[in-house]
Amino acid sequence: MVGQQQALHTQTLAELAKGLLNAEFSSYELVECLLSRIEEHDSSLNAFISVMAEQALTDAAASDKARAKGEVGLLGGLPIVHKDIFCTKGILTTCGSRMLENFISPYDASVVEQLSSAGAVILGKTNMDEFAMGSSNETSYFGPVRNPWDIERTPGGSSGGSAAAVAARLVPVATGTDTGGSIRQPAALTNTVGLKPTYGRVSRYGMIAFASSLDQAGVITRTAEDAAMLLTAMAGFDERDSTSVDHPVPDYVESLTRPLQGLRIGIIQQHFDSGLDEKCASRVKDALNVLEQQGASLIEIDLPNLDLSVPTYYVVATAECSSNLSRFDGVRFGYRADDAKDLLDLYCRSRGNGFGVEVKRRIMTGTYVLSAGYYDAYYLKAQKVRQLISQDFKNAFEKVDVIAGPTTPTPAFPLGDKMDNPITMYLNDIYTIGVNLAGLPGISVPCGFVDDLPVGLQIIGPHFAEETILACAHQYQQYTNWHQRCPEGYE
Amino acid sequence: MSLNKELVQHIATLARLQLEEDDFDDVVVKLSSIVDFFDQLQQIPTDNVEPMAHPLHQAQRLHPDVVTEINERDAIQTNSSTVQDGFYLVPKVIE
Repeated sequence: MVGQQQALHTQTLAELAKGLLNAEFSSYELVECLLSRIEEHDSSLNAFISVMAEQALTDAAASDKARAKGEVGLLGGLPIVHKDIFCTKGILTTCGSRMLENFISPYDASVVEQLSSAGAVILGKTNMDEFAMGSSNETSYFGPVRNPWDIERTPGGSSGGSAAAVAARLVPVATGTDTGGSIRQPAALTNTVGLKPTYGRVSRYGMIAFASSLDQAGVITRTAEDAAMLLTAMAGFDERDSTSVDHPVPDYVESLTRPLQGLRIGIIQQHFDSGLDEKCASRVKDALNVLEQQGASLIEIDLPNLDLSVPTYYVVATAECSSNLSRFDGVRFGYRADDAKDLLDLYCRSRGNGFGVEVKRRIMTGTYVLSAGYYDAYYLKAQKVRQLISQDFKNAFEKVDVIAGPTTPTPAFPLGDKMDNPITMYLNDIYTIGVNLAGLPGISVPCGFVDDLPVGLQIIGPHFAEETILACAHQYQQYTNWHQRCPEGYE
Repeated sequence: MSLNKELVQHIATLARLQLEEDDFDDVVVKLSSIVDFFDQLQQIPTDNVEPMAHPLHQAQRLHPDVVTEINERDAIQTNSSTVQDGFYLVPKVIE
């Protein structure tokens, strides 16, 4: 048994599911193995805000008992970690903020509820940029997460803790959220797979809101197959989310075998023209060649308004964040300033001290673009340009089945590198945010290395084409083994 | 710079955020750089374009007007440090 246990952390979710089914090991043994890895490595990575060791072992033991009786769900006894943006009943939910440092949610997010009812065992809650506002995990009140490929570098953000934990083989899979690239960008920078579903595909209920018209829950895994397994359990209509979409949920694992033969892949020339690191460009082109060799056709397409997506996104996202975060008033929950002299002072000081620099900057930016005299010039204008960007994608999908290109302009950058210039940090999201503006599904899949740092290939589909992008990513992983590379020291 | 200290103070008040005096200059510079960055949108012709409010162009769904929430006041109020007899306490607002 000991020999097998040592290898458990290297297995994918699909492999672990088979192992549990064949009684090669128990959920308890699996969870014990991963908890000891978390204990060994997390002091250097800082990927976790909470680790629920005792509860996880209890849940794993209960799952083993249920399995013995034949009562086991799709994800029975399989380990998972949740980004600390998802509310978990009775468990600390901080959203990476001092504001929620002591917040215990009275209910579970729908995503948590669905995965738990499918049998998944929660090992912990992962570190993240404060309120998901950041691209490097450096805005977290709990300190930055470090990239297992080079601990002096960022794992990306905002789902950086989830990505680092999966990359370091501390856990096979994790949930994340993606408002402008917060799943795909950290996945690209850590050699993991990151799936952002169509807007409305997965419930936002209980997921602490950043920008409601852009936020979507998804997963970080090491294979497209694992992402398909999780999405099958997470997707679907939820009446508690007012923008949830009632659209049939297929078995995403079944459609993974769709061949690349005949798939029309759109390539955006602008992606390769400016800003993209040359070596990254070369890895992405290699990946596109692999897809072409397996029968896909590459078709050049144009998204004329793509360059406008960064300013458009930061107007819309900050406007929505300023509205969403007005609920944090220091009265009902969250950080409360001492000795307030009046109600206004209580609000201003609770929010001034409870929020970090980047969150305050975005609340103020959003307040400005929504304020009297500026609304038409900024917010309304951005909503119109958003329509143009969305229309560009729609036109492109009349010619192609998916669009493929880089996920990020560079590999992981050093911690501290971009913290002093917000615009430089925002431009890091150039390839990912168009997808959120248009509400499309996107996936990042490992496609090689530049100077020993991972590079991601992004595959984007039309609304509700998760089956197509998952199959494309899965097929790519059948012909390449980049995703099997493990950072040194975490084998 | 597109913003000055006075305007930034006005925005902070609207947003109910207290800024530290030492941070003010930096906030003015960075917020101005963001607003300047947004200004490129002004060049784009959008005369006959409908503003986009929802990525899937869906209308808001309605539900039957019935009570679905259960009363969890006690559980919810455990997250506040200043509760008395089921009420939240705030500084006096009426003289």
